[in-house]
Amino acid sequence: MITITNIKRVGSEKTESVTIEGGLIKGWNLPTDQQGEGQVIDGQGGTVAPALIELHAHLREPGQTEKEDLSSGLAAAAAGGYGTVVSMPNTSPVVDDPAIVRSLIEKANSLGFARLRPAAALTKGQKGEELAELTYLKEAGAAMFTDDGRTNENARTLRLGLETAGSLGMVISVHAEDATLRADGVMNEGPVSEALGLPGNPAAAEAARVARDIEIVAGLHAQGVPARLHIQHLSTARALDLVRAAKAQGLPVTCEVCPHHLTLTDEALRSFDAIYKVAPPLRTQADADHLLEGLQDGSVDCLATDHAPHTRAEKERDLLDAPSGIAYIELAFPLMYTRFGETLGLERILDLMTAAPARVMGWDEPTLDAGAKADLVVLDLTTERPVNPAEFKSKAKFTPWAGETLKGWPVLTVVDGKVAYQR
Amino acid sequence: MGARPPHLLDFQDWTPERLGAILDNADTMLQVLDRPVKKVPALQGLTVCNAFFENSTRTRTSFELAARRMSADVLTFAAGASSVSKGESLRDTLEVLTSYKVDAYIVRHHAAGAAHLVARYSGKPVINAGDGRRAHPTQALLDAYTIRQEYGSLEGKKVAILGDVRHSRVARSNAELLPKLGAQVVLCGPTTLLPPGLAQMPGVTLTTDPREAVRGAHAVMALRLQRERMSGGFLGSLQEYADTYQVNDTLLKEAESGAIVLHPGPMNRDLEISSDAADGPQSRILKQVENGQAIRMSVLYHLLVGRN
Repeated sequence: MITITNIKRVGSEKTESVTIEGGLIKGWNLPTDQQGEGQVIDGQGGTVAPALIELHAHLREPGQTEKEDLSSGLAAAAAGGYGTVVSMPNTSPVVDDPAIVRSLIEKANSLGFARLRPAAALTKGQKGEELAELTYLKEAGAAMFTDDGRTNENARTLRLGLETAGSLGMVISVHAEDATLRADGVMNEGPVSEALGLPGNPAAAEAARVARDIEIVAGLHAQGVPARLHIQHLSTARALDLVRAAKAQGLPVTCEVCPHHLTLTDEALRSFDAIYKVAPPLRTQADADHLLEGLQDGSVDCLATDHAPHTRAEKERDLLDAPSGIAYIELAFPLMYTRFGETLGLERILDLMTAAPARVMGWDEPTLDAGAKADLVVLDLTTERPVNPAEFKSKAKFTPWAGETLKGWPVLTVVDGKVAYQR
Repeated sequence: MGARPPHLLDFQDWTPERLGAILDNADTMLQVLDRPVKKVPALQGLTVCNAFFENSTRTRTSFELAARRMSADVLTFAAGASSVSKGESLRDTLEVLTSYKVDAYIVRHHAAGAAHLVARYSGKPVINAGDGRRAHPTQALLDAYTIRQEYGSLEGKKVAILGDVRHSRVARSNAELLPKLGAQVVLCGPTTLLPPGLAQMPGVTLTTDPREAVRGAHAVMALRLQRERMSGGFLGSLQEYADTYQVNDTLLKEAESGAIVLHPGPMNRDLEISSDAADGPQSRILKQVENGQAIRMSVLYHLLVGRN
């Protein structure tokens, strides 16, 4: 049994306590005699919310554990306030086998950090040709299906996958980017890429693919076939407008936006620092502003980080050769709260990082009510602290925001009733 | 004259005065090259590393001779792109080179920005000898010098640059440099090879019409058509390109009389430039090569002499 005292629920100024037992929230402000003999943790006046849910993280296990592994990645997630993480299947080997899904879940459960819900590959080997054994993968515990960084060039395979996954009640999530339009682009195509002489990746590569995928869903929807499409890390205004139109037609299409696409633009590449190389690339300020509007008006469903760790040596390569990705799951909430706390409001940011991802997945929305699963985070919304990568639990100890002063740091994360992180 | 930039990566931090000083100093270096003993002691005791991560013969030779004629020791490192694919990062390679106690780097790399990384990691003066499509500043300086040699100044001069602008670091560097020295630059090529964003550079205009580009120009530069990049369908055919954009005597009639013809080399004769134009009286293509050595000596002098 754990009791956390001296905390406030979001929207309330009242100082309260919550008692946790058997992985569930037993109750609020229980008299001392009902708090049992368990541990008492001082919440230091922090704000308590359901633990965050990440739908898009690369934990690199199996096979690329020099970049990250389940232990470092899930510890990093817990330190970022996350209780549940959906990991991407583009590992080595690819997560296309039920045995791998089971072994990942088993190992994660033994670690005691954030809970792991692995996504499985949509196609065997993520090659985009033959569907993986989606039924068995679901039974093994896969949370969703995706070929992620591989861009589903074969539209028919995606359609078959949407039909199959839909019948299983599962979401397919896609990296929506036309690889032929992207060509060799390594950054957003525009005046900055042209001035820098770097091959550009046009906004149309994303919008064209989003349009195609929405049309596939629309066709299935018209035939009464259940299919749920989730579009990962939207980066362009055009693509968001397409999603907005699809939603207006009632199509089962959802999308996520990443904090790095809201807070950085292609101007950052003027440094030639590959830390800013991400896929899809950092776009323009106009795109970032449009995405923020999408978060305000509800056309963006949720936030996700696309936590993508690499080794420092890989990121010290030149911009053509370095891999894409930023790892910052530990910073996502403080970054969003510091930059957009006033624009979006605390409650909307929390919704985008807790209940909204659950809705996308069709999971129960997390609550702090008595009887609910004890997954929660205590946030210190006032103390400002510089970002110090040396403190990261992630193996990727570098970030574009190093040294930046942020507030909203998680101080305690509880997963399944157990302390997964405490500052 | 403003602070002396520690590197020559592009022209961002360079004032017209500093650039003018390099051009002025090249006059002296040209005189050195005309002496029986073509060597001065300016860089004696210093070691210059020619770090070529991308193949190049002409530029490497030009830099190597320039450094030797200034009495520097030259370490030539030709990695090719393969060391990266073997897993060695640029930074790893540099740490090895740094342990050889190198005093300056001349960097050629297939990736834009690589020279900036070398500058960041090495802490020594870096001269960009061409990074991807990004910049080739000494080429632009020698082009500017060649034009200035002809007209005495670049002020008010029109320079037309025709060809594969999209993939050209020479075009980008000239578009950055020449307007700083008072010239106006017109970039010209087929739409697929002419990135529209370059029109935002000060003093630069774009056109797909070669006659419009060349009309009234004082210098006409043909860019090498990078045939190895043409597989992506940038052009209908090479013949179609040559018929439309080739720098030849017919097109040169649109230019100022006596306009000079430039080409950064190596040339695809009778493709982007006709043999008549390349070898004719207006051609300054071989002059560019000679000037290149003087410019590189001048840049080395400017960056290294008197610097601790």
